[in-house]
Amino acid sequence: MSAMDQDTGMFKVQQTIGSVLCCKCGVPMPPNAANMCVNCLRSEVDITEGLQKSIQIFYCPECGCYLQPPKTWIKAQWESKELLTFCIKRLKNLNKVKLKNAEFVWTEPHSKRIKIKLTVQAEVLNGAVLEQSYPVEYTVRDNLCESCSRFQANPDQWVASVQLRQHVSHRRTFFYLEQLILRHDAASRAIRIQQVDQGIDFFFGNKSHANSFIEFLRKVVPIEYRQDQQLVSHDVKSSLYNYKYTYSVKICPICREDLICLPSKVASGLGNLGPLVVCTKVSDNITILDPRTLRCAFLDARQYFRSGFRSALTSRQLVKYFVFDVEEPVGEATVGGQKYALSYVQIARESDLGNMFYVQTHLGQILKSGDQALGYDIYGANVNDDEMEKYRLSVKNGLPEAILIKKCYDEQRERKRGKPRAFTTKKLPMEMDESRGGRVDPEKMENEYEEFLRDLEENPELRFNISLYKNKDYQESETASMTDGEGAPTVPIEELLAELELSEEEEEGDDEEDMDE
Amino acid sequence: MALTGFNMMAGLQFENNCEVGVFSKLTNAYCLVAIGGSENFYSAFESELAGVIPIVKTSIGGTRIIGRLCAGNKNGLLVPHTTTDQELQHLRNSLPDQVVVQRIEERLSALGNCIACNDHVALAHTDLDKETEEIIADVLGVEVFRQTIAGNILVGSYCALSNRGGIVHPHTSVEDLDELSTLLQVPLVAGTVNRGSEVIGAGMTVNDWTSFCGSDTTATELSVIDSIFKLREAQPSSIVDEMRKSLIDTYV
Repeated sequence: MSAMDQDTGMFKVQQTIGSVLCCKCGVPMPPNAANMCVNCLRSEVDITEGLQKSIQIFYCPECGCYLQPPKTWIKAQWESKELLTFCIKRLKNLNKVKLKNAEFVWTEPHSKRIKIKLTVQAEVLNGAVLEQSYPVEYTVRDNLCESCSRFQANPDQWVASVQLRQHVSHRRTFFYLEQLILRHDAASRAIRIQQVDQGIDFFFGNKSHANSFIEFLRKVVPIEYRQDQQLVSHDVKSSLYNYKYTYSVKICPICREDLICLPSKVASGLGNLGPLVVCTKVSDNITILDPRTLRCAFLDARQYFRSGFRSALTSRQLVKYFVFDVEEPVGEATVGGQKYALSYVQIARESDLGNMFYVQTHLGQILKSGDQALGYDIYGANVNDDEMEKYRLSVKNGLPEAILIKKCYDEQRERKRGKPRAFTTKKLPMEMDESRGGRVDPEKMENEYEEFLRDLEENPELRFNISLYKNKDYQESETASMTDGEGAPTVPIEELLAELELSEEEEEGDDEEDMDE
Repeated sequence: MALTGFNMMAGLQFENNCEVGVFSKLTNAYCLVAIGGSENFYSAFESELAGVIPIVKTSIGGTRIIGRLCAGNKNGLLVPHTTTDQELQHLRNSLPDQVVVQRIEERLSALGNCIACNDHVALAHTDLDKETEEIIADVLGVEVFRQTIAGNILVGSYCALSNRGGIVHPHTSVEDLDELSTLLQVPLVAGTVNRGSEVIGAGMTVNDWTSFCGSDTTATELSVIDSIFKLREAQPSSIVDEMRKSLIDTYV
């Protein structure tokens, strides 16, 4: 029975643990600190004494959250790890014993009971460590959480609303804004978006959300806004006031390609910019170009709204011209990335080809003879603008007969009519405002949207901040078969993003994203 | 609890304390009892032992923990150096003449904890003086072995020994049990007293026909004590006739 201890070379007697009788029940057992068998020890000492065995928890059936008092609601699935952690946290006094194991015991899902089996360890008499399992029962009570109850009481519950308006007769700016908002996810926290005549309303649950949205708007368009609030409720005891905030936001009515006759003050303030100017770009400032001198000026929102002038002629009033002859440019300028060349052209209106005009234009680089162009017919138009009248009277030679704005691609577009474009766009989830007599004509909207898309095709700088998606229905082969020398401008395929089908989310990336299949 | 051949009494307690072996010393020739507040303790002993052996009420060194301070058998009694002269004299007067009362000068003065003995053999604390060992052998007329029980050097506390058997600390290994049993020539068992207490020497006191245990002792423990000390068939008279049994193997 004795064995040589190899390590130390000492003579060590092998020790076999004997067995004693449990002092209570007499069953033979190896001796332990308490000298009682486990069952007797368990019957003697209950380490779960003083621990909570049943407890109530609150659950919100709307959003599936459990209440952790005083105010936090924790989202957890049935029989999930989060629920287990939450349930254990709710037990008091559990720090007196050591928690070894916890698991769910199956309960009927509709029983409103959660059962957990906990295994705890604690030290009892004379240092013996005893392990014991015991069940804890949780009674689940339904209680709507604050946000859900507020929502239930008034589903239309908004705290701040932003009323975005632009007092012009078209919706081009709103289409563009819609794309921008989608790209930057600025309206992700809006509860509701409603489309109204001449504008869009955004409703937010939080004043700060509305503020951040307005900050975003301010960076992309020139705006002027004011804030008002309305008292909804007032708690006398705690002096808490609940308000509804409304922001009335006005976008400046000057749009791209508008013809403006600047009031004399503004013109002189900008260095005697010829009072007839064309607006070339609207971002957070307005860029205006004098077509006769090829000079540009920038007006930011504050400057604009100080004078608040309106455009004399808008893009609706653009007229088609046929270009007969383009002379050599007499002057060139590059303004804001755009090349302009001043030259004389011979043009005539499409409707009245006999009547030819000899005018100056800033599109000398772009136009060639035989082209079509769009421009404002000042000769024939009846312009309802005070400034224009004043200027007409004051100027000696009279106003220019026409001011050309852009080249027209209608002929080329004829060939592509009916064929789908290479790209598609996403839309914001807007509601139409039914209540105001539905002045929005669906056909008119379609036409306007079509024009907006054409705009996008023609102007790469407009596409800068927008995400365009590849049209799945579009087939390459059709365009390849076209053998025209100069097609209508289209969006190059490198600029298009592929939509992620799985999760309906935009692919994050830079502006010019390589296409992914 | 007193176990004799015949009857069992309800729990024995010294002033609400179940450690009977601390406050009393029982041998085949005499019994020492501490002076307690109430007479219940003394009456318990008296009811069992009156007339058979003298029961002496005493203190040692002014204390009541006499069971742990002195060690003895039918041949003699050893008391520590803390015993006063009056106590010594009292003991000499009260005990029968054949019992030699000896006071010993020993650093380890709790002799009851250090020495476990019956009438033939004794176990001693490993650090006991050589002279003390000789005195033990001399006065008590026993063979002295220096041993440990389950790694504990206080042999007197962790075992209860009589001429017929013994109980040792419950954590004693099987090999140790065998070894001790061979040394002591009596059957041994590892057990507990007073509801799982390992300090057996303090929890009970025993002689060849009687044993006294604390009130916390469970029925299982009682039955173990019963069987190992062979108390069921024991009678006071039979001790006189009975011869010491020859070598016995380990009690299993």
